[in-house]
Parts: sequence; C-alpha cells; structure tokens
Amino acid sequence: MSKKIGVFVCHCGTNISATVDVEKVAEEAKKNNPGVSYTTTYKYMCSDPGQKLLRDKIKEEGLDGVVVAACSPKMHEHTFRNASKKAGMNPYHVEISNLREQCSWVHPDKPTGTEKSVDLVRMMTEKTRKDKSLNPIKVPVTKRALVIGGGIAGIQAALDIADAGHEVIMVEREASIGGHMAQLSETFPTLDCSQCIMTPKMVELAQNENITLYTWSEIEAVDGYLGNFDVKIRKKARSVDLDLCTGCSSCWQVCPSKKIKSEFDMGLGKRTAIYIPFPQAIPSKPVLDREHCLLFKDARKKNIPPNDSKVCRKCLDICPIAPVKAIDYTQEDEIITEKIGAIVVATGYKELDDISMYGEYGGGKYKDVITGLQFERLASASGPSEGEIQRPSDGKVPEIIVFIQCVGSRDPAKGCSYCSKTCCMYTAKHTMLYKHKVHHGHAYVFYIDIRCPGKGYEEFSLRAIEEEGATYLRGRVSRVYKKGDKLVVLGADTLTGSVVEIEADMVVLASAMKAQDDAEKFAQKLSIQYDKDKFFSEIHPKLKPVESSSAGIFLAGTCQGPKDIPETVAQAGAAASKVLALLSADELEREPVVAKVDRLPAPIFSTCIGCFYCQRVCPYGAIESEDIKARDGSTIKTVARVNEGLCQGCGLCAATCRSKSVELAGFNDEQVYAEINSVEFN
Amino acid sequence: MSEETKKTKIGYYPGCAITKCSTSEEYGTSVLGVSRVIGPELVEIDDWNCCGASSGHATNHKLSTALSVRNISLAEKDGYDEVLAPCPMCSQRLIVSQDDVEKDEKLREEVEDAIEMPISNNVKVSNYLEIVKNYSMDEIAEKQKKKPEGLKVASYYGCLLVRPPKILKFDDPEDPKTMDEIVTAIGAEAVDWEFKTSCCGGGFTLSRTDVVVKLTNDILEGAADAGANAIAVACPMCHANLDMKQNNIEKETGRRFNIPIVYISELIGLALGLNPKDLGMDKHFIDTGSVINAFSNIEK
Repeated sequence: MSKKIGVFVCHCGTNISATVDVEKVAEEAKKNNPGVSYTTTYKYMCSDPGQKLLRDKIKEEGLDGVVVAACSPKMHEHTFRNASKKAGMNPYHVEISNLREQCSWVHPDKPTGTEKSVDLVRMMTEKTRKDKSLNPIKVPVTKRALVIGGGIAGIQAALDIADAGHEVIMVEREASIGGHMAQLSETFPTLDCSQCIMTPKMVELAQNENITLYTWSEIEAVDGYLGNFDVKIRKKARSVDLDLCTGCSSCWQVCPSKKIKSEFDMGLGKRTAIYIPFPQAIPSKPVLDREHCLLFKDARKKNIPPNDSKVCRKCLDICPIAPVKAIDYTQEDEIITEKIGAIVVATGYKELDDISMYGEYGGGKYKDVITGLQFERLASASGPSEGEIQRPSDGKVPEIIVFIQCVGSRDPAKGCSYCSKTCCMYTAKHTMLYKHKVHHGHAYVFYIDIRCPGKGYEEFSLRAIEEEGATYLRGRVSRVYKKGDKLVVLGADTLTGSVVEIEADMVVLASAMKAQDDAEKFAQKLSIQYDKDKFFSEIHPKLKPVESSSAGIFLAGTCQGPKDIPETVAQAGAAASKVLALLSADELEREPVVAKVDRLPAPIFSTCIGCFYCQRVCPYGAIESEDIKARDGSTIKTVARVNEGLCQGCGLCAATCRSKSVELAGFNDEQVYAEINSVEFN
Repeated sequence: MSEETKKTKIGYYPGCAITKCSTSEEYGTSVLGVSRVIGPELVEIDDWNCCGASSGHATNHKLSTALSVRNISLAEKDGYDEVLAPCPMCSQRLIVSQDDVEKDEKLREEVEDAIEMPISNNVKVSNYLEIVKNYSMDEIAEKQKKKPEGLKVASYYGCLLVRPPKILKFDDPEDPKTMDEIVTAIGAEAVDWEFKTSCCGGGFTLSRTDVVVKLTNDILEGAADAGANAIAVACPMCHANLDMKQNNIEKETGRRFNIPIVYISELIGLALGLNPKDLGMDKHFIDTGSVINAFSNIEK
C-alpha cells in the first residue's frame, strides 16, 4: 500500500522565499507523484500555528508520511517529529528537506534555487516513502553520578547533584581536591581571597553524605553507555591508610627529604616526600611520594621490596596510630569498579609551564622570569614567601616588575592561536596585588588588547591603570636579557611609536591556559571529542554547551576551554542540572536511529564476515563482538554487534561495512538509493 | 665523477662580499684555507652571479629570486648536492628563494623562463657553521696544532643565520649554539652572553650611522660585560659594523672597547696552525694581535 505523503514548504519569513519560489516547489512536489496527496506553504512552519497546521492536516488528510521543507534537521526535526507524534503518527515518518542552509542561503539566483529545492523535496519524498516506524529505545538508569576532577568545576557540580539527593563519586588524581583555584591568591574583580571562598566548599564536599571522594585516584576505563556506565577507578598507592590516619602531621615533620619542589607552589616552594600539598588540603592526610622517598629510592636501587629497605623509616616510626600504623609501604594500586548513570568531566587545564619555548623572554633561563601561577603563589599568604613579593633568584623585593601578556596565547607561530581569556584580568589583578604589597614599586604591562568582557571587569582593569598606577604599554616585547642583576626588557610602545627599554627586577609572563597533557588520551578513553587545541568539544557551541559528543557525559570548566571562575561555576551548575534531568527518570528514552548488524536464519546467521572494520571506525566504542554458537557450545562464527546504548547513529559503520551487513535505522541503503535515483532520472 | 668524490665536493658560492679583492675577502680566504686542511673540498661554482640581496630584494622580488635561483641551478648543473654560501646574506637569500619558488608555481615558471634553466630544488644550501659542524668537527680535533690560552669568545650570530626560523630551520633562533660548540672545540672559552642574535644595524651603516652606533655599542658592551676578549662572527656585514664602528662609539660615548672581531674561520685557521697573514688577519680595523698571540703550539 502506498503512503499518503504531505509536503509542507516553509517560507521562513523571507529566508527561504526570497531566493526560492516556495509556491512552485509545493506545486512541483505534487506533479507526477501520486504518493503526495497534500501540499501547502506556510510563512513559519515552526511557529505554533505552523505546527497546528501540520497536526490538523495529518488527521484531516489521513497522512502517513510528512516532508517538511524548511531549515536544517538539526534545528527543527525534533519539533516536527513531536508535532506529528501528537497527531497520532509515528514520528519517524517525518523527514526534513533542508531548503535554507543548503539552498536559499547559499544560492543567490531564484530560478536555480527553486529548481534545486524541487529536487531536494523530491529526494525526501522518495525517502519518506520507505520510512519505517521506529520506537524509542528504553534504557534503565543507575542513579549515581561520577565527577572527574576536584577543582572548582567538579566541586560545584558534585555539590549540586548531591544536594538534589543523588549519590556522587568524585575522582581526583592529586592528593587533595581544590585544583588551580586553591592555588590562587586573590580573585578578580572583587579581590576576595581565593582560599576563603574555596575551602568552605571543599569542606562541604568532604562532609556531604552523598559524596564518595577518591583522591590520588585516576580513571582507568569507562565502559557501558548512558545511564549504565561501568567505570574502573585506579586508587593509586598512597602508602597511607586514610581510615587510620588522623592527619596529625608527625610524619611530614620528621621526613628528611625536605627539598622536593612543591607542585602546589609551582616549583617555588619545597615540600617533603610524605606530604600534604597545602595546609587546607582535603583530605588532610598525607601521601607518600615514592619517586622521591629515600626508602623507595633505596629499594629501587637494590631491587628489593620497599619494606626490606632500612634506609629511612622515620615516618613509620613516628606514626602514633596503634596497634596498626597508618603508614604502609607495601600498599599497592587498587582498581575498583563503580556503576554510574551519568558523568561530569571537570579535569581542568594546565598552565603553559614550558616557558623555555619563549627564549626571547628568557623563559626557562632566568629564575626571575616566572609564570602567572607562580606569581599567584608568591602573592599568596600560604605561598613560599608567605605573601611577600620576593623574586626567586635572591629573595629581593622587586621594585620594577614587567608583566608580558599573551604568552602562549594569540600566537599562531608557536601553535597557540586562541585567547586564554583570563590573562588580561589576572594581570590587572597582579599589578594591584603587587602595588598593595610594594607601595613604592612600579608595574609595567605589555599587552596586545585589553579584554575585559565581564561584569565589573572593565572597571577593574581601569582601576589597575588609573588608581593603582600600572603603566600599560600597547606592544610586544622583543627580548628580555640579563644585565647585572636586572632584566632588561626591550619592547615596542605602538601607541607612541617608540622603542621601550625597561630595567626590571622581575618579569611575569601571563602564561596561557592549555589543555592537560594527557587530554587527548583521556578523551579517547571516554570516547568524547576534542578540538585542535585538545580541549574537549561540546556538541553545539551555543545550544548544547555542556554536552559532550557521548550521551550521558557532560563537560564542566576549563577542560572544555579557557574560562574564569564565575563562568566555570555556572557551567558546572549547568552540567549538574543536565545530570539531574537524566537521573530523575527511571528509564531513559533514546533515539532509535542506531545501527544494526544483520542476523539471518541458519546456516548463514549473519552476512557479517567478522572483519571488524566497523569497530575501528566507530568513534563511540559501540561495536562489540558476538560469538554465534552451535548447540554443543562451539563457536560457529564471530560477528559484530552494535551496542544500542552506545551507538549515536553516525553511520560510519554502515558506510565502512564491506559486506553490507550493517544498516542504520532510518537511513538504510534502500532509502538512500531512492533519494539518489530520484535526482538521476530527471 | 665517482659517487665518493661527488659527496665530499661541495659547491662554493662566495658572493660579492667575500670573493677575492672584495671588502671582506679575509672571510673567503680563511674559509678556503681552512677547508684545504680539514675539508670538505670546496669548488667555486662556475659563472656565479649576485645572490639578489640588498637592493635586489628590496626593489624587485622576481629579479632577486631569479638571481638567487640561477646560482643554485648552476650548482646543480655542475653536479653538486650541497652548496656552501659563507655569507649569511647569500645563504639566506638562496634558501628563501628556493622556498619561494617551491611554494609559488607561477613564480617558478617565470624564474625558469628568466634563467633559462630548470629548477629542481634538490640542492641543499648551507651556511658556514653547518658545514663545519656537519663535516669537520672530528678533523679539527685531529689536525689541531695550536691551542688558545685565556681566549674568551662571544659567539655572535647576528640575524640572518637563524631568521626566518620557519624557512631556515637552523639552530635555536633565540639562543643558537653551533658557533659556541666550534669555539669550545678549538679550546677557547665560549662566554654565555645576551646579544647572540641582536641586530648589528646591517645595511644602515652609512645611511643611519646613529642607529648602528647604538646597536653595535649594545653588542660590544654585552660582550665586554660578559668577559669576552674577542667576538667571533660568520657574517661580513656583522664584521664590518662591529669592527669599524668602535672608533665612532669612542667618539660618542668615550668608551674604547678595542675588542677584536674575528671570523670563526680565522679562529679555526689559527687552531690549525695556519699563518695569520694567510687568513687575512692583518686586514681588520681592530688589531687582532691579541687573538693571534693567545694561540700557542700544543705540546705533543
């Protein structure tokens, strides 16, 4: 029985109708096409009356197939499928013919545009004719979320989810949560102390009964799919039993290895081998750095188990916990598996720390050329100089300090073309912090542009210049070199057209925010996409800013791109709300547009030859292998199978399959050939 | 020509500044003199012409490219895989022109038309430091006769040896090390200093003496402050500015540096025991006696 198809051509105001004769398109759709029983045009099909028109005509005309000739299916396919569902039709009999993005917007000529539109509509009509009813796939939901990364983004997302009553597992690879925000001295544009606003949240997280915290732990593998992830977590050997340890501090006070560069202080301060990264750390319990610990070094050298080495056991000896001590040199990595419904990725950023790539600024060569985060540590009361601005080489208070902006940002020649967004503001803040601490000192800033597009940001930056007296010079620095104990900064002031030479005591590079070193590998582990700079990609830059390319995995904070604290917190809240929406249902409905590997009766079973090319091209890890077994349990053949929960319907497998065994629902070969043939024969 | 000899023979492109009887002939003389001892064998490219630098590339890009490329095509015709252009203005022009015709099909056709020869771009153009480093480091150690005492050398590269880095791809453009390695190899001390790649003022030496005096003063001061008692160069333009401007600087600032400016090839020559006069060391403005006298025979 042939379908009764309705064609609805949208004017889209004048977006389509200015370059396409929509009336003619509707008329032609009907010509020589007995299947098309109704055609019309309407000014805005997506409007309420437009949708009502669609619903009414489906009922009145008894349509069982619909072509809406309008904008991209990405915009309104969902709208029109919903409308048809309300009218009692299976929504997968609705097809969109894209007359806007793929025709009227790109062709200026009306006759050609109209001709192409007629073709496009005919193609979709032919496809619609072969549409089959599809039903949403239902999947159960594990009501528990995983948050990866314990910086401000992860903490905010975890708290929001936990406060709504759901269980949260947080995994942080460092010894403490807190991330980069815990390292900052003050925050712009209010100059409130970062730790003062951060630590209450850290404590709240630690005390929240719904949250299980794994620090010093990393994600090993993520399997499963939306609502039903199986996550393997590697709890790295901490050498300290968190249940027994009281955080009394005895061990790190007696540790003899006191000269290890502190990661938290960006290498400016020192720490011991058994340590907590900073005083407000959560958990406030140490971790033993096996790389630098004398005992482990000795054991490695002698190739003996660490417990057999007798070089130094000071931390164990002093540990007051009895009868079993909290320190355990024999601890090994432990892998645990957790069932998870939804994931928030909040793995943060890394500051450009290889400043030796900026040899012209003396990066990596001079101790007194430091990065932005290093300056934060210098200015922080908990930092290596307890908040006094001292230059690293000799501890002298710098009287002239030069800030160079856009180091590693906006520099395509060095492979970083993007703007790191936060540096203009943090440099303005740095000049103020410096001025507040060194009243007689003078700060110079070399900038390309001053970008302050936030609430109170412009005023903040003007305050640095007008009230706090920082000298802003618009231009680049060509060279920094040492002359005696000064750093000579050569630069251009493009506003006066002159060359500037400043003899400074210290130079601060506004280093870029970069993706984490292992971002690429991590994204592959989670099957989420990333951009050219290795930041994780959202599905839609405007309308789906927190959704990753894999269903059920959301992005928060700087792992998705450079952003400041307010924006990070907002995005984390958004990611949490998406997770909550997911966890609020007992079952999830998924789009049935998924691939399927054929199954046939014996003795063929499947035309799949088991080459697994599909597995290699699948970006979502959705192809599994299945053994087809005989009655005696022996394997007859091994074929591919699509995990419907993971499949996103991209169709790569279907296109790759050499034996044509994979079919994408709603896009099968018959439909695609029907589309193509409808053009060729005219 | 057998494969073996073809490999060790390198096309020698002197260019206008260092060829016989030119203003910086001591650079050319010492490069050739040194190569006779430690190789590789250098053979002057027959019928070479201007490299297209200075007025050439400032006024007519096509002309300058054609001039440059003609020399490379001649070298290829003579069967050389590699060409040494000791003057960095030449080596830079030759390499940049190769890159230009590689990227611009139309320019390539026009240039081929003008020079009436095909361009194949298979010839590698090298500067003098590359040649020494790639071919002669072991030979220097083997054939060295004299060793300097108390000679502290600031290696000065100037701009053209390393820039533009994307095309030349030679050493670290901000902190090159090749010349320092050679200086160390002959037993002198390579001082760590800040002005390795600073501008010497280049071609402004006559038109904007004020600028050149300031720039050369910075370089000489940097070298002197770092404790250097000689500056090694590998560029006739750098040599001219640093060697000639020391009197002007004295007039302007009252400071007399009196630092000898020597070509790296001259230093190698002294270490090999060559006659300073044959190396052209009597042709400098600042007396090079202190450098020559620093070298004494190695006791065996």
